[in-house]
Amino acid sequence: MGRAKLPRKSTNIDMTAMCDVAFLLLSFFILTTKFKPAEAIAVTTPSSVASKVAPSKDFVLVTIDKDGKVFLTIDDKSKREQVVNSINTTKNAGIDVAKFKAASFIGASFSGLNAFLSISEENRKGNALPGIPCKDTTNNELTVWMQAITEAYAGTKMDLLLKGDNLAKYPSFKGVLTAFKKNNIQKFQMVTNPENAPAGSELFKKSMSGEKMDN
Amino acid sequence: MAELDTSGGGHKKGPGVKKGKKLSTRVDLTPMVDLGFLLITFFIFTTTMSQPTAMKLLLPDDKVKPEEQNKAKESGALTILMGADNHLYYYEGQLKPDASNFLSASYNGENSIRDVILKKKAYVRSIATDPNDPEHDLVVVIKPSQYCNYKNVIDILDEMSINVVKKFALVDIFETEEQLVKISDASAKP
Repeated sequence: MGRAKLPRKSTNIDMTAMCDVAFLLLSFFILTTKFKPAEAIAVTTPSSVASKVAPSKDFVLVTIDKDGKVFLTIDDKSKREQVVNSINTTKNAGIDVAKFKAASFIGASFSGLNAFLSISEENRKGNALPGIPCKDTTNNELTVWMQAITEAYAGTKMDLLLKGDNLAKYPSFKGVLTAFKKNNIQKFQMVTNPENAPAGSELFKKSMSGEKMDN
Repeated sequence: MAELDTSGGGHKKGPGVKKGKKLSTRVDLTPMVDLGFLLITFFIFTTTMSQPTAMKLLLPDDKVKPEEQNKAKESGALTILMGADNHLYYYEGQLKPDASNFLSASYNGENSIRDVILKKKAYVRSIATDPNDPEHDLVVVIKPSQYCNYKNVIDILDEMSINVVKKFALVDIFETEEQLVKISDASAKP
C-alpha cells in the first residue's frame, strides 16, 4: 500500500501573535508600575496582619529611623503654612515659611530648623540629619509640633501615621507616644507591611469563615 | 515595490540588466519578542504590588483619675515584658516579690508567646462566670522596656490581633521590672 507523502512543513513560526502578547503585557506593566519616590529616610517597616491600606494623601506622618531620630511630614501644603505660622508665633522661632512649605519633611530642633532648611532638598539624607528632639521628657519638641498640627486640622479629618524602623529603640517610640498623648491624640495608625495571619490561629479561622476583620 | 528605478530612461530593460529580486515583506520578529519579554521581566521585578498597610492603635487617656480606671482581675491578667535582643518575659497576675512567676518566652518557635496567650485564654474561659462573655476578664498588659526595639512592640501588638485579644494595654514599665528584665537579659546571653 502506498503511503501518501506528508508535505514538509516550514520551521518558521509566525512571531506576530507572540509579539503582540509580549507588548501588551509590557504596556500593562509599564502603566501599572509605580516607582517609589527616592526616600530620604530609609525605613524598614515591620510586618503585621493588619489588612487596611494606609492612606496615601492628606496624612501627617511621623517617621522614626533606625537610630531613633524622629522626622515629621505634613502632606497638605496649606496646612504646612498654618503649622509653621503658629510655631513662629508661639515659639518665636523665625522659621522661613516659604522654605518650610517646600520641604517634604522636617527633622531638626526649632533652633536648628533654619540651618536644616538651608540644605538643598536632594542633600537632605537621613544619617546626617539631627531629627526632632523628643526622647527627653522635659524638651519634647514633637509635642509642640503636634499641638500646632491639631490646631491646623481642627474640624477636619486627620490621618496620623507612624512609621517606625524595625531597629528603632523603644524610648523614641515612647517619646512620640507621649507627644501624641499630651495633645489628646489617642488614635493613630502604624504603617506596616502586610502579612498573612499564621495558619491555625484564631484570626486565621476568623478570616477563613468570612468574618470581617476590624483591625 | 518601494524601490528606486536607477536604470534611467523609460526604455525597457535590456537582456543584460538584472531584475531586482522581490524581497519578502516578512520581518523576523524573534529579536523584537526577545526584547519585549526582557522588558516585561524587568517591569515584573521592579513593580511593587503590595501597598503598605496601617495598623490602628488606641491609646489610653492618661488624665483619667486612678479610681475611674478599669481594674484588671488578677486571675485574668497577663503581663508581657520585652527586653533587649528579642528576649521576652511574662508573668500572670501580679509579680511575686521573689519573682518566681517571672518566666521567659520567645516570639516564635518553641515556648512562643502565642501559646502562652492561648493557654491564658483557655484558663480565663474555664473560670468564667458569665457564659455570654467568657473572655471578659482577660487583660494583656504590654510593658516594653527601654532596651527593646520598635519591631518587638509591633510584633506583640500584632499577636493581640492574631489571637483576638480584645483587651490589652501598652503600659509604662516599673523600675523594679525593668531591673529584672535587665538582669534576665544579661544572664540569657551566652
